[in-house]
Amino acid sequence: MSTTLERWEPVIGLEVHVQLGTATKMFCGCRNLFGAPPNALTCPVCLGLPGALPVPNRRAAELAIRFGLAVGGTIAEVTRFDRKQYFYPDLPKGYQISQDKGPIVTGGTVTTSFFGDGKTIRLIRAHLEEDAGKGQHEESGGSTLVDLNRCGIPLLEIVSAPDLRSAEDAWAYLNELRLTLRTLDISECDMEKGSLRCDVNVSIRPRGTTPFGDRVELKNLNSFRGVERAIRHEIERQAALLEAGGKVELETRLWDDEKGESRLMRKKESAPDYRYFPDPDLPPFAVGRAWVDRVAAEAPELPLKRLERYTSVYGLSDYDAKVLITDPSICRYFEETTALCNDPKNAANWITSELFGLMKGGVSIDDVKVRPTHIAELVALVKDGTLNVRSAREVLAKQYEDPRPAKEWVEKLGLVQVSDRDALVAIVKKGMEMNPKAVADLKAGKEKAAGAIVGYAMKETKGRGNPAILNEILAELLKTF
Amino acid sequence: MTGPLPLKAIADSVRSGARTSVDVATEYLDRIERGAALGAFLAVDRARTLAEAAAVDARVARGEALPLAGVPVAVKDNIHAVGFTTTCASRMLEGFRPPFDATVVEKLRAAGAVVLGKTNLDEFAMGSSTENSAYLVCRNPWATDRIPGGSSGGSAAAVAANLAPAALGSDTGGSIRQPAALTGTVGLKPTYGRVSRFGLVAFGSSLDQVGPMTRRVEDAAMLHDVLSGHDPKDATTSARPHAPTAPHVGDGVRGLRIGLPDEYFGDAVDSEIRASVESAGRALEAAGAVLKRVSLPHTPHAIPTYYIVATSEASSNLARYDGVHYGRRHPEAVDIASLFTGSRSAYLGKEVKRRILLGTWCLSSGFYDAFYDRALRIRSLLKADFDAAFRDVDLVLCPTTPTPAWRLGEKISDPVQMYVADILTGACNLAGIPGLVVPCGTTGQKDTRLPIGAQLLGPAWSESLLLRAGAVIEAACWDPSFVPSFGSAS
Repeated sequence: MSTTLERWEPVIGLEVHVQLGTATKMFCGCRNLFGAPPNALTCPVCLGLPGALPVPNRRAAELAIRFGLAVGGTIAEVTRFDRKQYFYPDLPKGYQISQDKGPIVTGGTVTTSFFGDGKTIRLIRAHLEEDAGKGQHEESGGSTLVDLNRCGIPLLEIVSAPDLRSAEDAWAYLNELRLTLRTLDISECDMEKGSLRCDVNVSIRPRGTTPFGDRVELKNLNSFRGVERAIRHEIERQAALLEAGGKVELETRLWDDEKGESRLMRKKESAPDYRYFPDPDLPPFAVGRAWVDRVAAEAPELPLKRLERYTSVYGLSDYDAKVLITDPSICRYFEETTALCNDPKNAANWITSELFGLMKGGVSIDDVKVRPTHIAELVALVKDGTLNVRSAREVLAKQYEDPRPAKEWVEKLGLVQVSDRDALVAIVKKGMEMNPKAVADLKAGKEKAAGAIVGYAMKETKGRGNPAILNEILAELLKTF
Repeated sequence: MTGPLPLKAIADSVRSGARTSVDVATEYLDRIERGAALGAFLAVDRARTLAEAAAVDARVARGEALPLAGVPVAVKDNIHAVGFTTTCASRMLEGFRPPFDATVVEKLRAAGAVVLGKTNLDEFAMGSSTENSAYLVCRNPWATDRIPGGSSGGSAAAVAANLAPAALGSDTGGSIRQPAALTGTVGLKPTYGRVSRFGLVAFGSSLDQVGPMTRRVEDAAMLHDVLSGHDPKDATTSARPHAPTAPHVGDGVRGLRIGLPDEYFGDAVDSEIRASVESAGRALEAAGAVLKRVSLPHTPHAIPTYYIVATSEASSNLARYDGVHYGRRHPEAVDIASLFTGSRSAYLGKEVKRRILLGTWCLSSGFYDAFYDRALRIRSLLKADFDAAFRDVDLVLCPTTPTPAWRLGEKISDPVQMYVADILTGACNLAGIPGLVVPCGTTGQKDTRLPIGAQLLGPAWSESLLLRAGAVIEAACWDPSFVPSFGSAS
């Protein structure tokens, strides 16, 4: 702990915006996609043309409800939309449709079970809103171009209580939140694509005291590590200010990750007046019990529930289960493999030790050519004795580059396990003749001595001898040798 | 000379082949040319309209059942009709071509109607005289030195002068009913949520409704039946099925209880107007209705409440006119701030800016509770007034305007005087209930006869009753075939 943290206790709250994984935008039928040509995914509604009107996306509301249920929040019986008004070129209506007074979710908690020390962080609210477009400043000519593809994509803004006490807490909370959102198919939460964005509020107070200090809002945070760094820097900045007899100003600062420092964006006095008022185009809508129940019924399993199932039903170790669960795409891969081979333990082993060993440099499992069908086939081939583990590993390595079916590789590499009893008996006999000492040791009860003989047999069969059969033959021959 | 035909007769003649849709459109396009001095239209496109009419003729020939076959309809220029610009009578939207039809225009076209052109209005529908049009002075066909009312003044003038057999208007605080009253035409403001607002350029979104402006009550019913219904593109439309009103227009008022609200017959209302509306009441009585006095005690608060709600919503709705994405952009803008302020300062008119500022103030932090929130609370009291009255009576009959049409320029420099012109119409929008204006007489001044409109208000979804009562007043008090001779009038 730095000396600063011995004297000062940080108080941190996070505002996280996630894009919801709906097929269409929040208030129109345009596709919700990343990476299309500029302004290809627009219509009169998301362009804010005169006369166009918004119609709410029920699916977005369902995903928000799904989140609310997952964190144990309260789902509003009646939810409504408000207009948040400000002028900006990427905001074609001059206001953003958001929820001020009637958020769809209030309360709830997130517990850092997978990434932290199990601390519980309270949520204040989660509300629906629409994303703005994106401005692109041209290098030459100084003009600004606006792309409105992003405009109108549904967002869920998740506001935590100021319950975080360190940069590590913030990191763990963000990871935990992302795990929940991804596991529940609510959002991709990819910061690089902008589907998860986060602002941080930081204040500090002398340790042992309770009143909150004046807080600073940090914006422009582009990675979870960046959030951690920015918080650490802000804590030191505020401590230095206070220790020099100064005071912390209520302000918003922009984090510069490259320089590792922040700069003033605006003081509190110049904070905009958003003039929120209920959007008259969108009547308040009732979220009935039946709808909530339906959303609950179709929701995927929560990470903690899944952990319990993997350890108790699948018999995986806590560690292995967590490795799978913390990445929902690996988890999906694992589930598919298990469904195909019906052997969760071996599926988990092949994925976490063998496949991971081949994946280098942050490759996503979704981009790997080896698919669950490949893994399931290898598990089955080992189980039925066609391949031994060593050969299966060799096949996997080949498939990683060229994902043809295992059987083709087995044939091409001549890896079919030798289980022909007569042939193996001859080889084992020869091995025994060549290693009289090992035979003597075995007879004397030193089981380890078998290694020399089996090793010889494996060498003779180019590694394809079925180890189980070899051991069986050896045991039999020993009786008469 | 026979007077202008009812819409049904026009459609019948086109369907029967007695005339073509092109013949009908040509007749009205010619009339529009002769009546150009009225300033009723902002956009007319003869070739476009004749092509639309020819397409209708082809559909009729194919045997399509078109309730409005060949009926030309003028459309207020804050409602989108593909093929025409939508300017909202603002410099800001000069040349703006909407890429989609308003749902109401889509419905009209599907029913066989032909868009005759776009009519003049107060800029962004903000005004009561059409004098706030950035383009053209609009005149009352009954006295061309007088205003036609507003904001749907162009639609009202066009129908009154028979430049169009029917028109669409929009009504936020009386913008259909007041000009109808001042021009001797019929105007219906439907129940909020009955008609789609998709493609209507928003002014006060919780108040705006599109409605028909016609010569006759039966014509209004016919258009209303085409325009009404749920629209998946407008979340504020009601899913409640629309029961056709036209078949019942002639059903009469026997046994109906009709209330005369004390607050609408006060001294602020011209005595000739009060007397004329009272005579309309007697006509209803003679047809078997029972008249009763009722009270709507919060009426005096309607105008301040209306102006807070409408301007607050307008300040937000008009934020999109920033010179960035469409509309006009100030040529001297050097950065984002000057692009916004330069474009808005240069291309929005004075009254529009006044209302944006007023609305911005009402929604500002620290003022919201005292203004907007309080206005919403009074709005529910006004609604409760009507609810209470409609427990005693089926409909309410009252004047539409405190005065007949005034002279051009008379009130333009005094916005508050102008706002008071809406004193009898605003509560209807705040309560979301339907209102119908039917001409019931004229002032008896020697030199100038000016029309007077009776206003009928009813509970939500009572359009059919309003139209029945309106037809009784029309039959007793008005000659819908009379067309003022605007051309030669002084």
